[in-house]
Amino acid sequence: MEFLLYIRVIRIFVKFVFNVLENMETNRRQFLKIFGISTLSGLGSIPAIWAFTQHSALSTQHFGKRWAMVVDIKKFKTEDDYKKCIDACHSVHNVPDFGNPKDEVKWIWKMPYKNTFPEQEDDYISGEMKNMPFTVLCNHCKNPPCVRVCPTKATFKRADGIVAMDYHRCIGCRFCMAACPYGSRSFNFRDPRPFIKEKNSEYPTRAKGVVEKCNFCEERLSKGLQPACVEACKDNKALIFGDLNDPDSEVRKVLETNYTIRRKPELGTQPGVYYIVGAKEDV
Amino acid sequence: MFEKALTGDKRYWGWIFSLLLIMGTGFIFYLKQLDYGLGITGMSRDVSWGLYIAQFTFLVGVAASAVMLVIPYYLHDYKKFGKIIIFGEFLAISAVIMCLMFVFVDMGQPMRAMNIILYPTPNSIMFWDMLVLNGYLLLNLTIGWTTLNAERNDMPPPDWVKPLIYVSIPWAISIHTVTAFLYAGLPGRHLWLTAIMAPRFLSSAFASGPALLIILCLIVKRVSNFDPGKEAIQTLGKIVTYAVIINLFFFLLEIFTAFYSNIPGHMHPFKYLFFGTEGHGKLVPWMWTAFILSIMAIALLINPNMRKRENILMVSAVLVFISTWIDKGMGLVIGGFIPNPFEEITEYSPTIPEILITLGVWATGLLIITVLYKIAVSIKAPHPPLSPQGRGLR
Repeated sequence: MEFLLYIRVIRIFVKFVFNVLENMETNRRQFLKIFGISTLSGLGSIPAIWAFTQHSALSTQHFGKRWAMVVDIKKFKTEDDYKKCIDACHSVHNVPDFGNPKDEVKWIWKMPYKNTFPEQEDDYISGEMKNMPFTVLCNHCKNPPCVRVCPTKATFKRADGIVAMDYHRCIGCRFCMAACPYGSRSFNFRDPRPFIKEKNSEYPTRAKGVVEKCNFCEERLSKGLQPACVEACKDNKALIFGDLNDPDSEVRKVLETNYTIRRKPELGTQPGVYYIVGAKEDV
Repeated sequence: MFEKALTGDKRYWGWIFSLLLIMGTGFIFYLKQLDYGLGITGMSRDVSWGLYIAQFTFLVGVAASAVMLVIPYYLHDYKKFGKIIIFGEFLAISAVIMCLMFVFVDMGQPMRAMNIILYPTPNSIMFWDMLVLNGYLLLNLTIGWTTLNAERNDMPPPDWVKPLIYVSIPWAISIHTVTAFLYAGLPGRHLWLTAIMAPRFLSSAFASGPALLIILCLIVKRVSNFDPGKEAIQTLGKIVTYAVIINLFFFLLEIFTAFYSNIPGHMHPFKYLFFGTEGHGKLVPWMWTAFILSIMAIALLINPNMRKRENILMVSAVLVFISTWIDKGMGLVIGGFIPNPFEEITEYSPTIPEILITLGVWATGLLIITVLYKIAVSIKAPHPPLSPQGRGLR
């Protein structure tokens, strides 16, 4: 009898371990990839293990895309320049407008320079610069703290670098909101549906009690389209979007020819949103 | 053994029904919260955890403190704790249940709670916290119930309990360490990003838990004919004294690092908590109350002659309890969110429904304590002399 019990306990444990492994799917796939490559090249399993431990470095170099955005703040000249990309995003993604800051849900919005880069505090920066609005959104970090803390993998990093949300798995614990050092995440404190101005049937609405944020328009990227905000301000090219892993992409060219900064780089999150800071160009 | 909890005098049943009433009120408001969403609370986009998670964090400490009885009794053979060790274990059970309830009422999608188990995520500290808290609950249920049952039958506890008891010691440390890691590993939240978060949690736990135990023991002594023993309570008093002093010391270490280094991000939350920022200072009176109460408690406890007087010990225990409740609950959790990542100030205060739900959970915890303590007292003092004062918990 006791023997049978042991067998059962071991079986349950093994099952649990397999479950855990299964949930590490992306890692495992990468492992298999690297393992396959190294065995094919006759390197055997030891380099494969070494490669696995180094996988985060390898993955960005060799596998797939890494989407990123450059915000050229010089190009945002009028109030309307901000408004049209914010509106484009919020309307296409069914972002509700509660009209109060407590319940607020936002994916992309304006923040003064002094709040966007608070560690750059300087008494001699002009007042105009301090209050210059910057567009802020989820940074789609390479090392996203929100993904690290999520207890259900409802928020996860895709192979192309997008930090995505599964609205149907989120339990609403809001650990990701505490973990995000950029204040990029919103929680549906109430049922958002009555507060959506015009429903877009192409994108899901959310239920109350889940977290949401910018998704880099993964639903549009899969159709070969640019993100909604990028498209909305394409006339003046204020937002540039592309693949960091492609040396010929527009973002890479812009990053090579401009001095850019990212928010809170000291935290090691490696944000995927870059800012070109400078005085407004003449209209 | 549950039948022991079903007999009691008018005072006992009056207490039970008042708790049930508070639980019922809390439950009704919880249903309202389920319907409306967490917008019914004072929480916001910027302060996304509030009263619930504050209670959770505080109560993990209370639960962990049972180890302060287990270590002296089982590792150092300190016999005087033999009479009250069950109270520590039962307090832990009630505290962990309250913790789990507070996490549950804080969830936006409580019906998906099982997702934590269905999609186990070892890189999330919350996954580990769920494991250690439930494990600790099981350990204390098993240990408490088995040892009490053995005592009822005038038998020594079975041998297999011993290893569980030894396991429960590091386990108690783990629940509080892992809970501290929920906070201490988040980049960009300066108040929480400190290596001494876990030690601070433990020091405040070993102050607040034994302090609550002193209060409960003295209540048990008053309402029943069971005497936990003067010396046991005095030893608890000593533990509280050390812990509350170490807790203050750790706090001062944080203040030194933040202010001597002069790093703005590290100073901001402390400035907000104790002096207010840009005219916002809702927590200022609370934080100073916590600080002054802990100083008063130290002043009362540090002198052995004062501490030996039971009513002074009781007062000090209450001071320590309130002080750590403010500091480790609201101060720590809310302070971590202010200022927000954009260095803006969004304040928080709980709403009436939020407070009623919180009281409902506390009432549930108190009900569990009452029932478990009633059972323990009935078994430990089986042949009471009938006296008018001694009928309460018998």
